[in-house]
Amino acid sequence: MTEHYDVLVVGAGPAGLATAQAAAGHGARVGVIDAQPRPGGQVWRHDVRQASPHAARHAFAALARVEWLARHSVVGAETQVLRVEHPDGVRLLGYGALVLATGARELMLPFPGWTLPGVSGAGGLQALAKQGWPVAGKRVLVSGTGPLLLAAAATLRAHGAHLLGIHEQAPTAAVHAFARQMLHWPARAVQAISLRTRLAGVAYRCGSFVRRANGDDRLQSVDIEGPDGAQQVECDLLATGYGLVPNVELAQLLGCALAAHDTHPHVQVDALSRTSVAGIHAAGELCGIGGLAAARIEGAIAGHMAAGDLTAASALLPARARARRFAGLLSTHFALDPRLRTLATPQTTICRCEDVTLGELGGYTDARDAKLATRCGMGACQGRICGSALAELGRFPRSGPRPPLFPARLATLAEASPPLSD
Amino acid sequence: MSGLVRLTVNGCAVEMPDGSSVAAAVATVTPHFRRSVRGESRAPLCGMGVCFECRLRIDGVAHQRACMIPARNGMQVQTDD
Repeated sequence: MTEHYDVLVVGAGPAGLATAQAAAGHGARVGVIDAQPRPGGQVWRHDVRQASPHAARHAFAALARVEWLARHSVVGAETQVLRVEHPDGVRLLGYGALVLATGARELMLPFPGWTLPGVSGAGGLQALAKQGWPVAGKRVLVSGTGPLLLAAAATLRAHGAHLLGIHEQAPTAAVHAFARQMLHWPARAVQAISLRTRLAGVAYRCGSFVRRANGDDRLQSVDIEGPDGAQQVECDLLATGYGLVPNVELAQLLGCALAAHDTHPHVQVDALSRTSVAGIHAAGELCGIGGLAAARIEGAIAGHMAAGDLTAASALLPARARARRFAGLLSTHFALDPRLRTLATPQTTICRCEDVTLGELGGYTDARDAKLATRCGMGACQGRICGSALAELGRFPRSGPRPPLFPARLATLAEASPPLSD
Repeated sequence: MSGLVRLTVNGCAVEMPDGSSVAAAVATVTPHFRRSVRGESRAPLCGMGVCFECRLRIDGVAHQRACMIPARNGMQVQTDD
């Protein structure tokens, strides 16, 4: 049986929640689905220790007016219907308008030792800690690039981690240039100052990155490369993140055009959130990394549009343009040091699901050929980690998705589709 | 919200704050979540359900992503060790 929604929203992060609120305000029947057990996405992820920010609590309250479907993962798409798996079975969800708010994931770059237990993403360890992962008293080194490192470090410290330092790969001059730009964005500057205050006493080193993680069957130390040369630091946990990659897989499966001029493609939308497919909108990070403010505004635009209110959506266009300009600053000032793309050696595992090394991938120029010959990208993550890494390394772009979008139970796939005609 | 949940990880009793993930419960017992195809020890990488490095067995059901599942009273969690 197919349940039908006027507006179906995929993703309950800031963009999806703003969509739901705007669409429900027009009286539409709205469904919101997310694979996670709680709303908030990554930036507003529930913290077992700390209360959510005011804006997040306000956004969660709006879910009372919609149907909130937690732990629901989209595995496939049929005509005007999504095939969705949840812990107790499968659902077919029909829609009048669909809004994709699938967000982004962290870009992980391979380096020797990155598969050791104790090495995780920066946002990754932040997310884990929020859900009770024990970091208290642990020696944690944070590395990678961008303001996300500060946010992750602040969460880890609040959970009792002993921070050894934050290693930002961008050179000092670039970070200072970014800081000067912040003068034009007072609200952002206040946020940044607040983060730095919470991180008082923690070293923030620019032009510095982790070259190697060492340990037998768990992390014991890292080799760091910096302006003053190399050093080895003993640590329990390494949180490392090189920025974000838009989650475009569902959009791609639905036939939405991607803008592929960047290394990591994003969904192509107009300012009013319309994708290339009629009736399908997209908002937030999957349309290009834009941050929290852009996600919330675009979510509201998509919600108004999905409910048919062009006037309300258009009123938000100036705010959207301003939020997107800020995002442009990030990609300019935190561009990756080319040396980061050369850290993996021929022995370094690239595909963590199938244990395929960089050496085994030599000679392949296409993701499909590499997959057929080596199984690279064929495992449970379906190339989400290694495919993005190989694209960043300049090897070859990730191949397009095929259903199921995530590993699914056979019963999920076997559930009969609805008839095509009424 | 402020309660505790009690579960076992590889037979060890664990108490976690309500709202914790299974992954967090496992981390209090062992750093090892699964063995890779070549037998290497692995643990969560992404923390958000994308990388599948945290997959393990919960109440007899294999291939569950520990980072996406809330810890519940009475759960029996088994890693690859």
